[in-house]
Amino acid sequence: MSELELVFVRERENKAVRGDAMSGTERLRERVVEALDSVVIRFVGDSGDGMQLTGSEFSKAVAKAGHGFATHPDYPSEIRAPTGTLFGVSGYQIQYGSRQVFTSGDAPDALVAMNPAALKTNLADVKHGGIIIANTGAFADTNLAKAGYTSNPLEDGSLDGYRLFKIDISALTAAALRESGLSKKEVGRCKNYFALGLMLCLYGRPIEDEIADIYEKFSKKPEFADANVNALRAGFAYADAAEIFAATYQVREAAAKPGVYRSITGNHAAALGFVAASESSGVGLFLGSYPITPATDILHELSALKHFDVTTYQAEDEIAGICSTIGAAYGGALGLTTTSGPGMALKTEAMGLAVMLELPLVIVNVQRGGPSTGLPTKIEQSDLLQAIYGRNGECPIPVIAARSPSDCFDCAIEAFRIAVKYMTPVILLTDGGIANAAEPWRIPDVASLPKVEVSYRTDPEGFQPYARDENLARPWVRPGTPGMEHRVGGLEKDFLSGNISHDPLNHQRMVEVRAAKVAGTAQDIPPTTIEGPASGDLLVIGWGSTYGTIAQAREKAEADGRSVAHVHLRHLNPLPPDLGELLGRYKTVLVPELNMGQLSKLLCERYLREVVPMNKVQGKPFKVSEVHDRILELS
Amino acid sequence: MNDMSAPVALTKKDFESNQDVRWCPGCGDYAVLAQIQKLLPTLGIPRENFAFISGIGCSSRFPYYMDTYGMHSIHGRAPAIASGLKLARPELSVWVVTGDGDALAIGGNHFIHAMRRNVDLKVILLNNRIYGLTKGQYSPTSEMGKKTKSTPLGSIDRPFSPVALALGAGATFVARSVDTDLPHLASVLARAAAHKGTAFVEILQNCIVFNDGAHNALTEKATRDDARLMLEHGKPLVFGKNPDQGIRLAGMEPEVVTLGDGVASEAELVVHDEHAMHSGLAFFLSQFESPELPVPLGVFRAVRQPTCDELNAQLHENTREAKGRGRLADLLHGGDIWTIG
Repeated sequence: MSELELVFVRERENKAVRGDAMSGTERLRERVVEALDSVVIRFVGDSGDGMQLTGSEFSKAVAKAGHGFATHPDYPSEIRAPTGTLFGVSGYQIQYGSRQVFTSGDAPDALVAMNPAALKTNLADVKHGGIIIANTGAFADTNLAKAGYTSNPLEDGSLDGYRLFKIDISALTAAALRESGLSKKEVGRCKNYFALGLMLCLYGRPIEDEIADIYEKFSKKPEFADANVNALRAGFAYADAAEIFAATYQVREAAAKPGVYRSITGNHAAALGFVAASESSGVGLFLGSYPITPATDILHELSALKHFDVTTYQAEDEIAGICSTIGAAYGGALGLTTTSGPGMALKTEAMGLAVMLELPLVIVNVQRGGPSTGLPTKIEQSDLLQAIYGRNGECPIPVIAARSPSDCFDCAIEAFRIAVKYMTPVILLTDGGIANAAEPWRIPDVASLPKVEVSYRTDPEGFQPYARDENLARPWVRPGTPGMEHRVGGLEKDFLSGNISHDPLNHQRMVEVRAAKVAGTAQDIPPTTIEGPASGDLLVIGWGSTYGTIAQAREKAEADGRSVAHVHLRHLNPLPPDLGELLGRYKTVLVPELNMGQLSKLLCERYLREVVPMNKVQGKPFKVSEVHDRILELS
Repeated sequence: MNDMSAPVALTKKDFESNQDVRWCPGCGDYAVLAQIQKLLPTLGIPRENFAFISGIGCSSRFPYYMDTYGMHSIHGRAPAIASGLKLARPELSVWVVTGDGDALAIGGNHFIHAMRRNVDLKVILLNNRIYGLTKGQYSPTSEMGKKTKSTPLGSIDRPFSPVALALGAGATFVARSVDTDLPHLASVLARAAAHKGTAFVEILQNCIVFNDGAHNALTEKATRDDARLMLEHGKPLVFGKNPDQGIRLAGMEPEVVTLGDGVASEAELVVHDEHAMHSGLAFFLSQFESPELPVPLGVFRAVRQPTCDELNAQLHENTREAKGRGRLADLLHGGDIWTIG
């Protein structure tokens, strides 16, 4: 916690807890408010408790106040696991603050636990002395037993090191909705809004916008809208009126860059980026995809955009997902397929076909814990080598990776820019962390977006299907173009005509030219950005979703007086042309990755340079403190 | 490459590519290639609007020999690739050429889903009941007990009926022909080309090297009239050299009866109806196997239902009518937004 300040705040009093009987009278009253630079809050409950909604709505409320924020949804792979079980716990963590927020935070300052299992699985993470708000209504014997408690932790003193607030959220919600006419089960589903109201009050946010949102969200079910609004108001009023909270907390105003903002997840940002690529190029987008966690939201988002030139095709399997996309790309569309690790494995052969056909295609792998089914809902970065190497034959494909939720937007455009310029499939790696996490996004001006330029060849004069331009790209000729009928396929092809060729030297030449083409995409990679000194003792190099953690750890270490630089790679195949020289400027290179050292391996092999791997495969992101500690050891 | 030209009458020659045809001499695939090259110029479709997609196998070399757009893709996946192409480019005439291994073994999933979706594709399956390109292993249509290199003691797997499988998956056009009956093959292919929706044609085709004579009973002059049943819409099921054999229903079972001399009359026979919305009759016919019953050739089913590509276009049109053409700036500013500064 940061320093304490005493401030007088003008607050609205919400006395009534039930129904429409809101008094709305205002008064001035003195109240202790702790002012904070940043705060980390985690909402945890059963997977049916609606914690993802509570967390994301809370994020929205703080975002509207101009705070930077970062979130980490952590949910089980079971859709609705048996209630009260340890494995059914679903959580949503948010960090927000007065400055740029890089990560969802290492340790929660406050934990809202809706049942014993949620408390049990999350307590170890909570900051010592932190706030715990426990829904006592769910701490009955059966739930305690399911969570493996032999005595009630709310009563046995085991939480003495925390600021514990025992609130019967279940009963208070039920009381507030006594006259709602809803069933007991339906009332139970409203308690997440009670929790939200409570937290909004505790952290000094108004509830008016949230009320408007609820009415919009439940416009077709007004009885649920009323119930949720009443639960929200009741939670807010309870926190305001109850004596138990000695203080409320106010995170200092943020000084964000002026502009129009929205909250965005990585999957949503990627979907928007793909539409932007389509609009920029004037070419229709075709998504062929098979549902798979945690990538499916891209399919959901795009399937709702039929007023754009967007076609979505839920294929019969992963292979059909990419193959339908290859068919569409052959027809001249911007072909996109989205998946996660196991689906990536299934698409492998078809990726090889796309390499042979030299058709533009974007393949998104929202990585998750592997191998096999692995940890479907958890974060990992272990598909990097698969993306670069995992195909039969010499089969190079450009690979890029997004570093944050909003960066998925830029990377989506970049992926198609490379694909159509060089007539090649491109792999875009994101992961389960940034795919579902939200952050504020300053909405870009459409005119300022990078261009995706497509031209189809229509001139039959001197046409050779595999003749190449200065970038080694072959022409894109759509079926339906008169006078240019030709055949393509997966068999090795003649260097110019594209006809089948088993000629030994032709094969060598084709293998080499496909490799040279992909290597040549490096010509567009901008000079590598270094955060921190341009040379010195320590360089931390990362890729993908570890950006926020590394950036924050580096800033902290710099504040400690250490000389440490950070480079974060977007382009992983090929690597930036200036990277080798850059690595040579530092004594030590630290490579934190959520895998067993895949980028480390690439760097060692490519630059014959020793690096210090830092690896974690626990289905969780690095903590800032973990990276910070390692930096201090090495600098 | 060919000249860019105004629509002139196309000929078979216009559809022959400059590639040497590399099927074994005497392979049944030659006949199918020739019939399709003869058919396409009659369809009134510009040559550049044809696309032939294939997978892997002997039959899948087909696109190389057609002077149209074409793709020789990967094993079993042609229906998926063709579906994507047709959805992206509904104005094209998209054909899939496949085999019994390609369509029914490795590509079985894509095959049934292409039938289910009713994408406007022409799917031509060359069924020689053997794996040819890998040199003679049994296929999903090989008969039980078939001795091959991978089944030296005889196959213990039951074969698929491609026609029954397509019908079971909801295909709107299903037909069968043989490689040696050229007029019949031509007429069935023409019917398939005219059908709007997934049109599936099984062509019983001879592999002269690894399964020679597999369809002899159906193709040899001496036996064929008794071994096959030529389907004609609205006509009773009659076959045989004379022809004096008919199919009558005995409960739910087919019964072969001899016509005339007071034994049975045509009025008692099952009458073929390829337009029945209910595919029961077509499925009943798909179960006929030799030697107990004659093998039906011709169109089993031809019904018009909305195609996947038509419905997809409709969805886009409806959405645009309701919402107007999407604008990127509006999309980016969708949801909850807030302004700072």
